[in-house]
Amino acid sequence: MGLLSDPNRRRALISMLTRLNAPICVVCYFAGVAWFMGLAFEPFTLRTYMSENAMGSTMVEERFPAGERALATGREFAAHKKKVGGMPVDWLVKNMQDRGLEVFTQSFSRTLPFPDENKERYIVKGTNVYGILRAPRAPRTEALVLSAPCSPGDSNNQAVGLLLGLAQYFRNQIYWAKDIIFLVNEHDLIGMQAWLEGYHHTNTTGMSWSPLQGRGGSIQAALSLELSSDVITSLDLVLEGLNGQLPNLDLANLFYAFCQKIGVLCTIQGKLQRNDWDSVSGYSHTVQTMMLMVMKQASGRPWGDHGLFLRYHIEAATIKGVNSFRQYKTDATTIGRLLEGMYRKLNNLLERLHQSYFFYLMPSLSHFVSIGYYMPAFGLLAVILLLRALDLWVQLNTPPSTTEDGVADIDQQSSPGVLSVLTPLVISHLTGVALYALPIRFQETAVEHFPVSETEAVVLTAIAIYTAGLALPHNTHRLLSGEGTEQGWRVLKLVAVLYLAVLLGCTALINFSLGFILALTLVPLAAFVTPHVPKVLSAFILVILSPACTLLFSVFFFQELQEMPVSFQDGWLLYLSVISQGILDHSLYGSLVYPLIALLVYPCWLLFWNILFWK
Amino acid sequence: MAAPLTLLLIVAVTIRAALFRSSLAELIAERVEVVSPITAWKRVVEGLALLDLGVSPYSGDVFHETPLIIYMFHFLVDYAEITFMVSLNKNFRKQKFALEADRYPMDSLELIRSPKEMYYIPLKVAMFYLLNPFTILSCVAKSTCGLNNAVLALFFLSTIKGNVLLSAIFLCLATYQSIYPITLCAPAMLYFMQRQYIPVNFRRVSFWWFIVQYLFMYLGSLFVLICLSFFLLGSWDYLPSVYGFILSVPDLTPNIGLFWYFFAEMFEHFRLFFLCVFQINVFFYTIPLSIKLKEHPVFLMFMQLAVISIFKSYPTVGDVALYLAFLPVWSHLHRFLRNIFLVSCVLLACSVLFPVLWHLWIYAGSANSNFYYAITLLFNVAQILLVSDYFYAFLRREHHLTNGLYLKRKDGSEATLILK
Repeated sequence: MGLLSDPNRRRALISMLTRLNAPICVVCYFAGVAWFMGLAFEPFTLRTYMSENAMGSTMVEERFPAGERALATGREFAAHKKKVGGMPVDWLVKNMQDRGLEVFTQSFSRTLPFPDENKERYIVKGTNVYGILRAPRAPRTEALVLSAPCSPGDSNNQAVGLLLGLAQYFRNQIYWAKDIIFLVNEHDLIGMQAWLEGYHHTNTTGMSWSPLQGRGGSIQAALSLELSSDVITSLDLVLEGLNGQLPNLDLANLFYAFCQKIGVLCTIQGKLQRNDWDSVSGYSHTVQTMMLMVMKQASGRPWGDHGLFLRYHIEAATIKGVNSFRQYKTDATTIGRLLEGMYRKLNNLLERLHQSYFFYLMPSLSHFVSIGYYMPAFGLLAVILLLRALDLWVQLNTPPSTTEDGVADIDQQSSPGVLSVLTPLVISHLTGVALYALPIRFQETAVEHFPVSETEAVVLTAIAIYTAGLALPHNTHRLLSGEGTEQGWRVLKLVAVLYLAVLLGCTALINFSLGFILALTLVPLAAFVTPHVPKVLSAFILVILSPACTLLFSVFFFQELQEMPVSFQDGWLLYLSVISQGILDHSLYGSLVYPLIALLVYPCWLLFWNILFWK
Repeated sequence: MAAPLTLLLIVAVTIRAALFRSSLAELIAERVEVVSPITAWKRVVEGLALLDLGVSPYSGDVFHETPLIIYMFHFLVDYAEITFMVSLNKNFRKQKFALEADRYPMDSLELIRSPKEMYYIPLKVAMFYLLNPFTILSCVAKSTCGLNNAVLALFFLSTIKGNVLLSAIFLCLATYQSIYPITLCAPAMLYFMQRQYIPVNFRRVSFWWFIVQYLFMYLGSLFVLICLSFFLLGSWDYLPSVYGFILSVPDLTPNIGLFWYFFAEMFEHFRLFFLCVFQINVFFYTIPLSIKLKEHPVFLMFMQLAVISIFKSYPTVGDVALYLAFLPVWSHLHRFLRNIFLVSCVLLACSVLFPVLWHLWIYAGSANSNFYYAITLLFNVAQILLVSDYFYAFLRREHHLTNGLYLKRKDGSEATLILK
């Protein structure tokens, strides 16, 4: 505690920090970025290992035989689906009942705030069908879920077939200690949302659904299956859920362990694992895999049907079958055996999955980076903000004639009025509220006056408000509080910097990737902005580093990472659709990224914009 | 003075009324940072329902407020907003207190405050209290903490005004509510003695006579209150249920205090020992602080209040807000504060991180109690740093008052004060 009480050492430290502030900040920034890039380097990561004892030591033998029959069921399902032109509810109910399940249906309907052009839907009506296999060995207080979406077109028929095949096989086994719920959901996430809300008796998004007639116990884990071909070359594991939430790492470990055991190729982010970590191409491969995970997590949207389970404290993942041009193929029986093995191990669970990590990044399926390793990268960026804040505080407290510790004359300058700080704060937040609320509210007006569709209207209104915000605030404080003083902008910047630090810190705790990406762009901007830097250049940099441009770059970068680079034109269209998806995700599933950006990050950025044009 | 105060009151009432009517009120009333098992409105309602049914409200383990509170609400139950009004009213008192308190601060040459500054302090105190988000939250949550704060504020007011009897009665009410304010006895007595020119000397009869007088009033009214509670309820049920509950800390719901995590983790047979250690913390600091600050009872009161709200068994943000409201009274110490920037950053960050980590722990299930407790610890460390910083600044100011502002070493160079 010497540092807190000894004035000499304090003064030495503070004078060092203020003198070397800029170099320290630069070093911290690059150190943070370097640390982050280093995370993908294999020697710095940990090997995954199974933490949960109940799933680790017990051996299970997989005997699922009926892959071919499952595929036949899948074909039958496809035929009925085509005939009905949607979910063949009666066929599914009958089939599940034949397999000895307790079958129930749930109908739901939802009107989207504006038409979803990606999936071409506006007023959604559908039915979920689910069958419960009651546990013969235990008091039915816990349950596991296996779900397959009923997608339009020809996809995922095999998934439903395999689901029914597994249901039939599971029914004849005696070792189940947890109810197993086989769910076929329509309209992917919307159906899943309706089912989960019905199951847990909550209604968070204002959707209308009929109450569930039958329930199992509390759901411990869930897998969602996506399979569109009879044979596959590899299985892809999707973990990222709503708001960047991830399931317990043990679920990924379980998948990986069984893929190894059964000999199925497995990927994460669609990337195979490579063994040449010491070569440049091997390293860049792991970096790509990790960056893809970071981008997906930062987007805050569920990347598979499992994504909504996580909100209810249920560990869930999506398993996707991929059929590429490789020679070696895996048939449905093997996938069935893999799933059987996973469910038998999950069946052995004595308590919820909690032993392993919840905060991690995966540069490959066999390696992970835990929170303790990646947080310093963010910390190094956040510390820049604190250093700048300290610097400002010292500048504010020491008028030109500095004296000793504490004993300084403060009252020689009149302190800036509360108004000069409060006004920009209030105005920028009001702009944020407008950005949040107006696009959906005004879509009809916009459609009437401009030749655009509703979706375009919403997105373009959002962009218009965003841009209008730039013109608005920097003129207003002068009207209210007269000339801005030198002290004035310092106080405002102190407030803004601390605000940003707290905001980014909280974001990084909930969704590390989002926090880190925002910090990468916002921190340098927050560090350098003053009214005395060259206006035009700084304004340009500020716009480039603003949240909207960050999103634009992210879109291109993401396409690049997926090895599907797009032209600028396509990229722009993609950007518009990403914005509309973000707004839709918020109103449909309660994703928090859009309100976070609109209500907090954007106003905070406006404060820095305001400082730049301080007069 | 009156105009800005009225404006302030209107603003404060509007904010509360708006929040009260919004859907946020329910959410806030559930927050563990805002309501404790003792002060939660939900539990008071439960107690009232039991009372209406003719069952003792203390049967079961839900209600832990004192009998007088429940009878008070018994008559007012239809007016939920009454809590809201009551907890507002007391702030009038608070700012009056401040008005008085400022007459008092010590006279010195260079460090004395100008009358103009002093004039605005009551307003600032009222503003700090009324517009403090912590107070707003605990008011919107209808926490009975507001009533405790009101009683304490009345106690300060009557003490500063020099009314011995009222001061004793309000102190006894506060003690009756939550035990801990008993430590405020010392500063109150010191203040009256200073006011009546009674020297603090153990060999003087007048000193002892005054103490006996004050304690008689205090204990007498305490006796009356306890008997009154007994006659209202017809049983002694409430003693273990209220005071036993406060002292033995059976409810380990997470809150912003230090107890819950520690006692949740502890082996059962150490429990009593550590319970004593933790509880002594609240009371023990009275002795050294009273000795050191016997000339400055008002500052002592502030210190005691802070110590209580940090170390009490079920603290809420309402308690923190009460002593934070006194900070403007000590604005003349600001130039001597050393860690105020660090401390305010930490307090700010912690207040935001509480709900975030709670969400991660309880709803997302990805974090655990350690995360939340880490923030609780940090919050309390920051509070302790804040209080000790004010203490240091106060002592340092005293030193400068006697020795002059610009200290010189013997060789003529500037000297600095070092606290080791």
